[in-house]
Amino acid sequence: MLRTRAQFLTRTIARSYATSAGPHALVFLEHRDGVIDAGCLSALSAAKELGGEVTGIVVGGPEQLKEVIPKAQKLEGLSALLHSSSAQYASPIPETISPLLEKILSNLAFTHVVAAHSSSAKSLIPRVAAKLDVPAISDVTSVEHNNAENATTFTRPIYAGNAIATVRAPSSIPIKFFTVRSTAFKAAGTDGPEAKSSEVESVEVTDPPTQHIRTEITKSDRPDLGVASRVVSGGRALKNAETFKATLEPLADVLGAAIGASRAAVDAGYADNSLQVGQTGKVVAPELYMALGISGAIQHLAGMKDSKLIVAINKDADAPIFQVADLGLVADLYDAVPELVQKLKP
Amino acid sequence: MRPTASRLLNILVPIKRTIDYAVKIRVNPDQKGVDLNVKHSMAVEEAVRLREKLKDAVKSIKVVTIGPPKSAETLRTALAMGADSGVHVEIPDSAPPPEPLGVAKALRAVIERQKEGVDLVILGKQAIDDDSSQTGQMLAGLLGWPQATFASKLVVDIAKKEASVTREIDGGLEELRCRLPLIVTTDLRLNEPRYASLPNIMKAKKKPIEKITPSDLGVDLTPRVETLKVAEPPKRVGGGKVENVDELIAKLKEAGITAV
Repeated sequence: MLRTRAQFLTRTIARSYATSAGPHALVFLEHRDGVIDAGCLSALSAAKELGGEVTGIVVGGPEQLKEVIPKAQKLEGLSALLHSSSAQYASPIPETISPLLEKILSNLAFTHVVAAHSSSAKSLIPRVAAKLDVPAISDVTSVEHNNAENATTFTRPIYAGNAIATVRAPSSIPIKFFTVRSTAFKAAGTDGPEAKSSEVESVEVTDPPTQHIRTEITKSDRPDLGVASRVVSGGRALKNAETFKATLEPLADVLGAAIGASRAAVDAGYADNSLQVGQTGKVVAPELYMALGISGAIQHLAGMKDSKLIVAINKDADAPIFQVADLGLVADLYDAVPELVQKLKP
Repeated sequence: MRPTASRLLNILVPIKRTIDYAVKIRVNPDQKGVDLNVKHSMAVEEAVRLREKLKDAVKSIKVVTIGPPKSAETLRTALAMGADSGVHVEIPDSAPPPEPLGVAKALRAVIERQKEGVDLVILGKQAIDDDSSQTGQMLAGLLGWPQATFASKLVVDIAKKEASVTREIDGGLEELRCRLPLIVTTDLRLNEPRYASLPNIMKAKKKPIEKITPSDLGVDLTPRVETLKVAEPPKRVGGGKVENVDELIAKLKEAGITAV
């Protein structure tokens, strides 16, 4: 394996001198239980905005791919699809997927590598970029490629979204890696013309240093927090896990909303970690975001302030959440929420 | 029975001096960056807890930071929390903040200089200033070491030179078993950092800090991605209040939001 890696590296160096003809992006497509992750659909839209060809890549166990490849081929905007299967890819671990991507990127002339800013891509993309000796740009909210200069300009939020940086990856960066904030790009359609697919031979890692033991997904019948068009979120004021459920669930049900939580509520054990909205949790931008008993700390606002309509219910009229809320109601949420549920019911 | 020398654990904890998380930042009027003259914050807790759990099996905890002269304070705080020694890769105040790839290369060079080797590197999952979340992964890639990102639980088995790590992933948890040497990046849920006590702060002043420069390490920290500008995000026109639930429902209806 060592020998082949040395070979990849020489090729990368050789290729960076070649002139490129327009951008060609490789989009990393993630999937779970046969379904392509919604975040990747936004990453695909961002890749299209570069203005060149877009090739997708999907990796997984042989059985998983049988189901996923036909769906991936029909993603709108894909000009080609690469797929690679191996038992090693069944649970995505950067240590085993990274060598495959290095091989592909060293042999084929891609100018950009695009992925969602998801937990698995956040783990994988910087590792691969470092191996190819290029920087990566995280969580971008806009993309613009200048073909003549072979430079790409991005915007990305920094300081928990309190500032927006405009950065430029110049032509001296031969492959531009970036992850995409899904709420900033429309999801690509899933019913396009069938893209041509071709198989890439897997790169088997002998004796991988990491073993996947298990994955535990929090089951929920509600819409997924990351992509829901409505979110009802609770904070520390919900007192405990029981009142959190009893207060938020009826409202979420009547609105068809996902449930979210502030870090305070998660840390206090009222809600599961996966529901956290904020700088260190999920970033959401739904049509409606209802903040119940959430004061509105900077870290929380970072995760929801791009929502279309923010509604806040809080007892404290001075809570910072009211500075960003379009509709604020100063009230005890234990009175207001049940009344709201009652009166909203058709 | 004393563990054999090869089974002692050397831990390296890279830390970064950043703006305090509770501070509302201001964008410079010239849009070139962010005003930065505030408190810093960081975490070294997990390495110190590992020593408390594994006792003598942890041979050393070294903290390293890459930054301007003021970053030395950050190192002292980490030493007061229980680290043994520090490395300060000093860059001038005027230097642009290095990007994660440069930092990862510098950390690799620091690791290669450690005579006794490094078995475990513990980093934060992301810095709250640039929000990149890349350095740990890049370091793992450069070294060819396994990585366990966004860890909320870490159990090290010294005898087997292995760690069992629980990670926070989208929608749930994942458990991995990783061979040492290993790169771990910490999720907020990993622990609750301690406060340094006054005696420990005093003791920390005597602990050694090695000062080196990027050129000693043979790395170039010049960013390759250019920052063109830093601007304020668009302001929300919030602040609208309603008197009661009926008014709230009426406004929601106006915005097209009704029950499903």
